[in-house]
Amino acid sequence: MRRIESQDITNKVVDLCGDINFNLPQDIIDAVSSYIKNDDTISDNILKEILENANIARNKKIALCQDTGTANFFIKIGKELELVGDNIVTAINKGVSQGYTKYFLRKSIVCDPLNRINTKDNTPANVYIEEVEGDKIEITMLAKGGGSENASFLKMLTPLDGWTGIKNFVIESIKLKGANACPPIIVGVGIGGDFASVGLLAKKALLRNIGSENKNDFYNQKEKELFQEINNLGIGPMGLGGKPTALAVFIETKPCHIASMPVAINVQCHSCRRKTIII
Amino acid sequence: MKLTIDQLLQNINDYRAGTKIELSGTIYTARDQAHKRLTELLTDNKQLPIQLQNSCIYYCGPCPNAPDKIVGSCGPTTSSRMDIYTPAMLDNGVKILIGKGKRSKEVFDSIQKNKAVYLIATGGVGALIAEKVKSFKLIAFEDLGPEAIYEIKVENFPLIVGIDCKGNSLFE
Repeated sequence: MRRIESQDITNKVVDLCGDINFNLPQDIIDAVSSYIKNDDTISDNILKEILENANIARNKKIALCQDTGTANFFIKIGKELELVGDNIVTAINKGVSQGYTKYFLRKSIVCDPLNRINTKDNTPANVYIEEVEGDKIEITMLAKGGGSENASFLKMLTPLDGWTGIKNFVIESIKLKGANACPPIIVGVGIGGDFASVGLLAKKALLRNIGSENKNDFYNQKEKELFQEINNLGIGPMGLGGKPTALAVFIETKPCHIASMPVAINVQCHSCRRKTIII
Repeated sequence: MKLTIDQLLQNINDYRAGTKIELSGTIYTARDQAHKRLTELLTDNKQLPIQLQNSCIYYCGPCPNAPDKIVGSCGPTTSSRMDIYTPAMLDNGVKILIGKGKRSKEVFDSIQKNKAVYLIATGGVGALIAEKVKSFKLIAFEDLGPEAIYEIKVENFPLIVGIDCKGNSLFE
């Protein structure tokens, strides 16, 4: 058994909060850069602003976006690892509380959906834990903004709706709300599982790097098909036309009931703040 | 085109959807909860913490400012959430709206009726916009934290006219 102190996890989470909010991932920078044509169109200027913003954020340690998001954590914990001190959820929440305070990040969480009193330290985080082999812990943080989250949908389709039903649902959803989600967007599509798990599938899809291929050939083709169709909508950066509307489409699937075909669409804005560390 | 808020107000009929401007002047942040409270004060005929006449409202909930900085990241939030409150704001004198994304038909119509303008800021570039802020001050509703009303003085804030008062919209 390998032992680590929960304080180590808390400290790493503090650093992650600053790191992901100041440093746009390289795959996003590369993807945005690849569309710049220097033609002085509205869309081109927006893409340039995104890159300039990333420079300012990195150099001056100002958050990429004022919506520093809900703190989501995807944990893979080795079964030969023993955590000493706090449990994993407490260790992470302490890190979020300290990190969002230390780096002057916005506290965007309210303690009740209707009474809406701010918790003042951006906790609680959403923590999803999976036990794996080994003695390491892998921590992926995704700081998810509210605007793109509000452009997300879940629908209980049925088996005979087939791929056409899924595709129509995705396209109609992006048509309806895509412009408000700070495009260029990344679209995470979860298919299968049940009502509770399909949303998480869609969210996990957003963790993939741009340019990565789906390991399943069938869904790899479907990702490319959706990517093409979403970009043909012409929504464009910030919904003002031009290209691109989406930087990527990722699909995750899961077994499901013979009567069901749940589908969830989780939309990610261009400010895709995510990072994985292993301890 | 560089513009002060006064210049924009004087010739508000002349700026067409699609025009790029760099705006300088004093603006007030207000988002969901601040709109709700302002509307309640208006309904109750109570005094408002800001003068709405000829004012500029920016849909923004900024990050806290570090000791060595004027303001934290401060980009726009989605405007459509404020749509139900916006016609009342415009009827009470607000002339300039700044946010991101589409607006409802009611807001579009109210912009025409009140000779106002909707300006679009790029979402997700709050660090770049923070560089354009010259002063930042809490005005009202401190308990709302990032949703409080702040007075921001901006210099060359990059914007695009999204809806003008001659019936043009970038979203049509």
